[in-house]
Amino acid sequence: MSVVGEVSEAEIQAAATAARDRLNEHTLKTVHWHFSDETGCPFWLEKKSELNFDPLKDVKSFDDLKKFPHFEDEWLRGGPIRRWVPKGHAGKPVYVFETGGTTGIPKSRMVIEDHWKDYELFSDTLPDKYFPRGANWLMLGPSGPRRLRLAVEHLAQHRDGICFCIDLDPRWVVKLIKKGWMEHLEEYKKHCIDQAVTILTAGHDVKCMFATPKLLESLSEALEEKGTSLAEVGITGIFSGGTEFTSQWTRFCVEEMLGGLPEESGIYMTPTYGNTLMGLACSKPITSTDGYKIAYYAPQPRAVTEVVTFDDYDQVVGYGETGRVKLYTLTDEFFVPGFMERDEGERERPFQTYPWDGVSGVRPFHELASATTVGVY
Amino acid sequence: MPAEGVCRLLFLDRYSPLPPHLLPANTLPMITLHPLRWGKQYESLEFNDVVHFDTGAPIARVGTVGGGIVTRDLQKAHLAREALLKVPTDELIAMGKKAAELFEHGTLSVGDSQQSVDDFVHQQSASTGLPEHMCRSNMAKNSFVLSRMDEILQCLTRGLDLSILSKGYGDEGRGVTVSYQAQTPILGAILPNNSPGVHTLWLPAVALQIGLALKPGSQEPWTPYRMVSAFMEAGVPAAAFGLYPGGHDAGGAIMTKAPRSMIFGSAQTVAQHSGNPRVQAHGPGFSKILLGDDIVDDWEMYLDVMVESVLSNSGRSCINCSGIWASRHTREIAAAIAEKIGPVNVLPPADPNAQLAAFTVPAMATGTWSMVEQDLAENGVTDMTAEYGEKLIERDHCAYLRPMVVHADSPDRAVTAKEYMFPFVSVVECPQDQMLRRIGPTLVGTVITADEPFITGASRSVDIDRLNIGPLPTNRLNWLQPHEGNIIDFLFRNRAYQIAPMPTAASTV
Repeated sequence: MSVVGEVSEAEIQAAATAARDRLNEHTLKTVHWHFSDETGCPFWLEKKSELNFDPLKDVKSFDDLKKFPHFEDEWLRGGPIRRWVPKGHAGKPVYVFETGGTTGIPKSRMVIEDHWKDYELFSDTLPDKYFPRGANWLMLGPSGPRRLRLAVEHLAQHRDGICFCIDLDPRWVVKLIKKGWMEHLEEYKKHCIDQAVTILTAGHDVKCMFATPKLLESLSEALEEKGTSLAEVGITGIFSGGTEFTSQWTRFCVEEMLGGLPEESGIYMTPTYGNTLMGLACSKPITSTDGYKIAYYAPQPRAVTEVVTFDDYDQVVGYGETGRVKLYTLTDEFFVPGFMERDEGERERPFQTYPWDGVSGVRPFHELASATTVGVY
Repeated sequence: MPAEGVCRLLFLDRYSPLPPHLLPANTLPMITLHPLRWGKQYESLEFNDVVHFDTGAPIARVGTVGGGIVTRDLQKAHLAREALLKVPTDELIAMGKKAAELFEHGTLSVGDSQQSVDDFVHQQSASTGLPEHMCRSNMAKNSFVLSRMDEILQCLTRGLDLSILSKGYGDEGRGVTVSYQAQTPILGAILPNNSPGVHTLWLPAVALQIGLALKPGSQEPWTPYRMVSAFMEAGVPAAAFGLYPGGHDAGGAIMTKAPRSMIFGSAQTVAQHSGNPRVQAHGPGFSKILLGDDIVDDWEMYLDVMVESVLSNSGRSCINCSGIWASRHTREIAAAIAEKIGPVNVLPPADPNAQLAAFTVPAMATGTWSMVEQDLAENGVTDMTAEYGEKLIERDHCAYLRPMVVHADSPDRAVTAKEYMFPFVSVVECPQDQMLRRIGPTLVGTVITADEPFITGASRSVDIDRLNIGPLPTNRLNWLQPHEGNIIDFLFRNRAYQIAPMPTAASTV
């Protein structure tokens, strides 16, 4: 029997089976919550009448979620937003987070505490050595009605730190790109980076940060132009995310921008994959020996990712094979029984830390790629 | 995955005993090209496939880099110039001549392969859709320019001692100090996908001791890779060269970080960079032939000049003629050109008689055809090639547009300001005294006349960039003349430089 590290394949298989059992149980609980008259939200209770099956009786496992039609994110466009609030959470303060919104009505998702819970789980994956408890954070990403901005702030607070933020309007960035106003784009980027540099050089003891790859590049460059560096201003831990987060970019980031792997550079950088619907998927630790491969694992059972065939979105591809990314969100706040993400990638095997399927090589879905503006901030 | 399977098969075919030109089009040897970072090959983790225009089969894998790597490298751009400054300009010119020879006739290390001339021609034709004899012709043009760099620089600098460019100042021989200050250590260039002839424009940089940061076109990496290989083989310091295949991100970083760069694109691209002294934008040429009233009755004498100007290089170049203006006989002129080029049809790219290049992105052909249909819908516009059959030829992976000649009864017709990427010309009826006011931007203007006032007017017209007086096809360039601005003026600034002798200090007396 082959052994992966110190864990045998049999042990991983056993852990995967146990995880699957937990997922089935969690699915059952979540479906009952969202489709019971006492706890469900108006949207799903109304949708129930359109289904040709009874979710309360006919969903007995995760695989049974395939009985639902695919979740259409267009349903999230426009209000009333309260139709998404489960009755079981009545009276609780509700946040609304938006995606896109450059033109027309943006898609919106209501959240109560999911963003806190997701980032608390994510917090458990961060090494204290590089993300020290009590250290302050910089949020170098979008502001406004974005989940990310509040989630990162909560992450900082959860780890006993304080989060500094910048003003960054991604909708304006998309407009600049569409208008071809590249000089304005460059100036706006500088405006954002100037804010970050000011925070990092103002004695606030910031050690950790979130940044998108493009902004991290620009920040690093701006600091170098000032004769300093991310390490010199005290950064030790970075978590980053975005579709343009490729193995090649990670390699460049680690080897050239940060100055080596954490043991050498003193800076730990971890990629993440997420969106307003699902939350946050963590990456398997990246190594140079693995070609800086980035494999994401959803926070199962709260969310699940599958890699499915291009011609049948209910059919999972084989390990290592390419397909479209399908998301499921299974929390007591939000229920997404299969949403076809605008990304594709390769299906990854379970491993010790995350004994369920992952996805690697995430990139824009080839059929939609030309219409998608990625990496805008 | 099927694509990967094809790649592997092709890789095995590298060892086929058949010479490349005898291999079927879909089994060209697979080649891998890596980014070059100031002379050092960088093995990227990301690759783009270059595919055969007609079969869609991959023929090359090109490692790509993002803007971050380009930005980081350009912070060290001064090292590229310093490496070149260690080699005197006359030696660099001699190396350029050797590189020209190697480029045109040698077998060179390109990517992970040894590339013969035939390999290069097959590869370039396969990815760009350009007939092979046109690839050879462009190859010869690039080589010719490089081999004559000493004469070209002498003309562009008006005989300046090139050491003045190296040192930054010197005495021109009139007892006056002259100074030319380099405005950049490197020239950045965002190179085109489908016009292998334009590479002549960045070639002078090396002899001027200016490094190169090039973003090769995604379908035409062949010329920059082969040319850089030839330069290095000829002894030019490798540290002078950066090759950065990639997406918009990589190109954007070159444009942002290089103090001087050139870009090849559409009219929109040119407009976007208009007035930016850091960028030399090359786009459509709207090149034209103007027939003077004094010779227009003898227009048949100039038919070959007109046909060559329209049809050469499959009408793809900015120096191809897109408008022929005359005050009379325009219908006869259009009909005569149509008779010559209208029957031209699609032939296999290896056929020495092939005149048409494929549109490797079929949507570009269909989109162009839609625009042409709009042009033809206007009153006063006549398709003079209508009788020569269908124009849009669609294939599985590519498309062609066959040559077209349209007649416009007035310069008011919208088609008179159009240029397309295939042999397409509008023959415009316009009184001579209105021509120079109405032609609009014209990269190459061939004015066929002996009428002195007309010549004077053409000479004064700021709409015409390159002016040919007499029966010169628009595509025949004299490389001893500047093209769309003098590259010396773009890369160097002529400024004041005064030197006073230092007084002798009292303590040393």
